Amino acid sequence: METVIKTERLSKHFGNFIAVNEITFNVERGEIFGFLGANGAGKTTAMRMLIGLSKPTSGAASIAGFDVYRQTEQIKRNIGYMSQRFSLYEDLTVMENIRFFGGIYGLREKMLKAKGEKIVNELGLASERNKLVASIPLGWKQKLAFSVAVLHDPKIVFLDEPTGGVDPLTRRQFWDLIYARTLEGMTVFITTHYMDEAEYCNRLSIMVDGRINALGSPSELRQQYAASSMDEVFFKLAREARRTDN
Amino acid sequence: MPASSSQLLTFIRKEFAHVLRDRKTLLILFGLPIVQIIIFGFALTNEVKNASILAVDYARDEVSSEIISKLKASKYFDVETTSSSHLDILSGFQAGSAKLAVVFPENFASDLRHFNSAALQVITDGSDPNTANTLTNYVRSIVIDYQSENFTTHGNASGIRAEVRMLYNPQLKGAHNFVPGVMALVLMLICVMMTAVSIVREKELGTMEVLLVSPFKPELVILSKAIPYLILSLVNVASILFLSVFVLELPVKGSVALLFAESTLFIFTSLALGLFISVRAQTQQTAMLISLLGMLLPTLLFSGFMFPIENMPKALQIISNVVPARWYYTIVKAIMIKGLGIGALWKETLILGGMGMFFLVVSLKNFKIRLA
Repeated sequence: METVIKTERLSKHFGNFIAVNEITFNVERGEIFGFLGANGAGKTTAMRMLIGLSKPTSGAASIAGFDVYRQTEQIKRNIGYMSQRFSLYEDLTVMENIRFFGGIYGLREKMLKAKGEKIVNELGLASERNKLVASIPLGWKQKLAFSVAVLHDPKIVFLDEPTGGVDPLTRRQFWDLIYARTLEGMTVFITTHYMDEAEYCNRLSIMVDGRINALGSPSELRQQYAASSMDEVFFKLAREARRTDN
Repeated sequence: MPASSSQLLTFIRKEFAHVLRDRKTLLILFGLPIVQIIIFGFALTNEVKNASILAVDYARDEVSSEIISKLKASKYFDVETTSSSHLDILSGFQAGSAKLAVVFPENFASDLRHFNSAALQVITDGSDPNTANTLTNYVRSIVIDYQSENFTTHGNASGIRAEVRMLYNPQLKGAHNFVPGVMALVLMLICVMMTAVSIVREKELGTMEVLLVSPFKPELVILSKAIPYLILSLVNVASILFLSVFVLELPVKGSVALLFAESTLFIFTSLALGLFISVRAQTQQTAMLISLLGMLLPTLLFSGFMFPIENMPKALQIISNVVPARWYYTIVKAIMIKGLGIGALWKETLILGGMGMFFLVVSLKNFKIRLA
């Protein structure tokens, strides 16, 4: 089993404020790892350290074997990222978005064309391929955004609240896309606050006030907290929290 | 092609797509300079007819009367002869009832006969500089006409000289100064505002994050945003010059190549300024506001375009030194109107370049700090 994400007492301080407080966890290859927590718990800050957007204050972490302090360039080449807002350009067409993001990951013309075709066909977007992204429905945008994020076949893909504002059927289809990729060996690191999605993960962690207060598979956590659903687990943990969005 | 330059090309292609798809931006980018030049250029270079002028004849001899008759006969002028003093001229100008005055001194004809040289005075209302220019030229041509019909000028005799005095606007601000001013303004607008807005838009949309996570270096993100605007600005410079030379008939006295080189430098400085603003602004509206208030207004006021710098109080003159457009405006005027070369302009060029480097370095530093 290959460990693709390793963190050890990873911390981030902003002056006196400790946003991320010595978190330690590992993620294995092919896992779907859920990174949960209330708003303000430190999820986003932690994730930014993992994807090379911010330098940790202390502790250690490596992504796909590369150190987050000294090897951010290599990390960036081996990961994919999808942001909350889907990170597509609304005033470019479907194909243009694909070609752009593929291009900046270094994919060559021929490869781009082939992959682009594959994606639009798989997603059923073949007839919309030259339409502006602004004009396609939200559900399709979401699926397209994911496909674009994994265009370069990264080892790990980081998804930041990817299913916001989307109906349950589309969410289900989205997760099908994710499963398909993990079967091929991709690791998925996903943050979400939909607790039913927590159930789809192999393992997950729950952050409270900058610390990881729970770590394990959904069933383990339900047992541990004597809860019948992840909602309840989360509720029990979140009640102890002192930090909120405000 | 090595990976990073094909990446850059991909990025630049996307930026061009953004710019060219945005109708409003295109309108500002290309419409603005053309509209400005055409409106002001034509408003200022209209042929003047039936301009009301004063002829003050102290000489009252046959030469002066003949010249005055010629002036009367011309379609350009409506002559009102007064034999009174200069004060009449002043009140005429102030009231706007006269645009030009021709003064024949006492011994006009006899000076011409004996010395082969006499001077008549032409006083114009310089507050409307292009009209003043045009009318003066008409007077000159009429005088030359008269001279060639009636006299042959010998050797070093200067014949009839018209001494021209421009009242109210000795610097003759007009079309000559207008084109350099438009260039400075338009380049500032495009480069500072558009670049800042473009970068901040990425921040607002959230795509900036994605770009930063990609293996694409942040400096290249910025470079690829700057390049489309650099190219478009140079196109604008070319079209402004084209209009100026062929439509307004204001030629470039100096080197066109130098003009383009200096323009590129100013574009670089303005792009760096745009970057500087974008690092701080959080929304597109903020970026636009800072660009307009912080950049355009000072450029209008302090570049020397609308108000001569020499006439400003010392404190404001010092402020004007900080405005990059002031240096560019000086440079363009020098090249276009005086035909000066790099030898005379190296100081201004250095200052402009120095400003650009400063903004670039500071913004890149700030950009990187925000990432960590």
